Amino acid sequence: MQLPKKDIILFSLLAALILIVFASQGSAYSVRVLAEASCYAILALGLTIQWGYAGLFNAGIMGFVALGGFITMLFSFPVNEDFWNTELPGQLGGVGLKALLSVAIVYGLTQLKRLNVSKKIRLPLIIIASATLYLWVVTSLGPVAEAIESEAGFIGGLGLPVWVGWLVGGAVGGGIAYFIGHICLGLRSDYLAIATLGIAEIIKAFLKNADWLSRGTLTVSPLPWPVPEAGEIGFLAARAAYLSVTAVMIAVIYFLLHRAYSAPWGRTMRAIRDNENSSAAMGKDVNRRRLEVFVLGSVLMGIGGAALVTFNGIFDPSGFLPLNHTFLVWVMVILGGSGNNKGTIFGAVFIYIIWTMSSPAALFLIDMASSVGNAMFGWQAPDDLDTRALQARVFVIGLIISLVLRYAPKGLFPEKVAHHA
Amino acid sequence: MNEFIFFFNSVVINGAVIGSIYAMGAIGVTLVFGILRFAHFAHADMMTLGAFLVLILTALFPAVGPAIGLPTAFVMMPVAMVATAFIAVGIDKLFYKKLRENNVKPVVMVMASVGVTLMLQGLIRFLAGTGTQSLYIDDRKAIFRIDLPFESASRNLVVTEPQLLLFLFLAFAVIALHLFLNKSRLGKAMRAMSDNPDLAKVSGINTNTVVGVTWIIAGSLACAAGTLLSLDVTLKPDLSFMILLPIFAAAIVGGVGSPYGALAGGFVVGLTETLAVFNWTFVLRPLEQAIPSLDLPNTLAFVPTEYKITIPFFILLAILIWRPTGLFKGKIL
Repeated sequence: MQLPKKDIILFSLLAALILIVFASQGSAYSVRVLAEASCYAILALGLTIQWGYAGLFNAGIMGFVALGGFITMLFSFPVNEDFWNTELPGQLGGVGLKALLSVAIVYGLTQLKRLNVSKKIRLPLIIIASATLYLWVVTSLGPVAEAIESEAGFIGGLGLPVWVGWLVGGAVGGGIAYFIGHICLGLRSDYLAIATLGIAEIIKAFLKNADWLSRGTLTVSPLPWPVPEAGEIGFLAARAAYLSVTAVMIAVIYFLLHRAYSAPWGRTMRAIRDNENSSAAMGKDVNRRRLEVFVLGSVLMGIGGAALVTFNGIFDPSGFLPLNHTFLVWVMVILGGSGNNKGTIFGAVFIYIIWTMSSPAALFLIDMASSVGNAMFGWQAPDDLDTRALQARVFVIGLIISLVLRYAPKGLFPEKVAHHA
Repeated sequence: MNEFIFFFNSVVINGAVIGSIYAMGAIGVTLVFGILRFAHFAHADMMTLGAFLVLILTALFPAVGPAIGLPTAFVMMPVAMVATAFIAVGIDKLFYKKLRENNVKPVVMVMASVGVTLMLQGLIRFLAGTGTQSLYIDDRKAIFRIDLPFESASRNLVVTEPQLLLFLFLAFAVIALHLFLNKSRLGKAMRAMSDNPDLAKVSGINTNTVVGVTWIIAGSLACAAGTLLSLDVTLKPDLSFMILLPIFAAAIVGGVGSPYGALAGGFVVGLTETLAVFNWTFVLRPLEQAIPSLDLPNTLAFVPTEYKITIPFFILLAILIWRPTGLFKGKIL
């Protein structure tokens, strides 16, 4: 395959940028940036199949990242003996059984229609039963959760290998995506955007407040790595090893996505995206295909989020921000070229480097401006100038989104559609 | 009796307050949704922007309010509403108009509005910082305690001045909007365009004017909602995504494109939210005395306050499952 000139130029520029970072910031820091960028690349690949292949709008990437991070923490963090040696696990299991029983009762009530119970009786019955059972479960969970918090801190992890956590994180992300997609995909695409935005905030609120499960704002660290850690082989080697793991993952995902894109499945997806009515008329199950791609993308986001949180080594629910974990990924995808995997990876690495470099740059610029202002006009800068300078980067992200949509809607690497003569 | 008043104060009044705010936001969202056919994500930050403009005006002229006898911020609100309306029209010209002319998919418009929301967020936080601010700079918040003519009622009904102003303003805005949509030529043109844009265009309706008027209404209502919310509590620059969800839920519950539906939807969402986080233990205390075996937990609420955001979400899901057109037969679009 011959690379077009434009691709070669852009990728050489990216390589030059990486070299500059290496030369100016030292290799340990640069490898860290690259490793984080590679985790973001997995997230961006997840988004590019949702947005680029199918035109689905996901405004809740943050939620999938947080979920992936939480699941990997739950699976890989060392076992908390304080918790398992008491009778608390039994009590927690009891609450779980109550929850299962409640679900079973409500499900049973919904099946009353088989016994020809009329809807007028069924509906109030179901509503009253679910409200009562819900209160029952929640009130019995309360004391157990409090006991766990006071006696053991939190339930701790399961001590399993890290990759199990990553896979399960992806699977749970896919499960949530199935739940939302199932409801929203038959409707207009805007509703999916609203619903994903909501689920992301809910996941964050849950992880932040369920202290017994996730330690909430107290954060959990250090998370174990899938490769030898810095303490054993040094920062540079450990980070490089981590980077190679994520790089292999990206390569595998890239290969599989490439195959899927050229396969009949990918063709169907693009046909649905470009003309929904005609593909429906051709007998394609539009909603089912969309659900597939939405779930698949969210699985990738779960895995990418798990990898990102594991790399950071700390699970901090308040650290998940819509800006850093949703809209930054978006910029990567639409700038790189939605629907083009190569462009997406380019966008992820490029934008992430710019993003990390922009924080000292913004501080420097603002500092300079305030000292100039002070010297010339006697202007007193407000105390929280530094946080404000960082907030100003939000503006730049928004501006990039607007400009790209307006002037280069296809991004730097436009999707290549094969034309058959 | 006291229990009932407590319930009324904390559920009915508070629910109506937050419901009115949601309703005002949702009317703007539903108009934009109906006429421009996309979910406007920047609406919440337009609210914050409006409140922020009021804050600046209040800081500039703190003496105006006491002279009239109303909070300064409320007196300044109409000025800020005009400004926000112009900003909304300007945003449309700068960022949405070209996309609309290029006939992009609605989802791209949603994306563009997210870009706008991020820009507004960045600007507001850069200029105002991230801390909370009070719109009461020079004057104090008046609180009215209404004695009830019952013997058993020792508690008072409590309403604050901004809450009263909020209810009055909402009533005024709804009546004005109703007259505008039903009596004026432009209002009828708006409804026609919301019902069938192509037909409206061929019958000679100037779509650009209609779009402009939509933004003026949406922008000024957003400013009012943001200001009145900040008057009631405080001005928080980082509100945006937290309030966006209930507003969208209200618009969809009411039926997209229907302003009256949005009004009803706002109250449904607001009241459900306060009802769900209400602590029933206080109201049920008398029962505990009557039935000694009953042991009430300290908090008996359906949803802990931290999870308040889940309520609009589940309302949204429920309405999307059972009645996607909303209560008032809006469009699914």
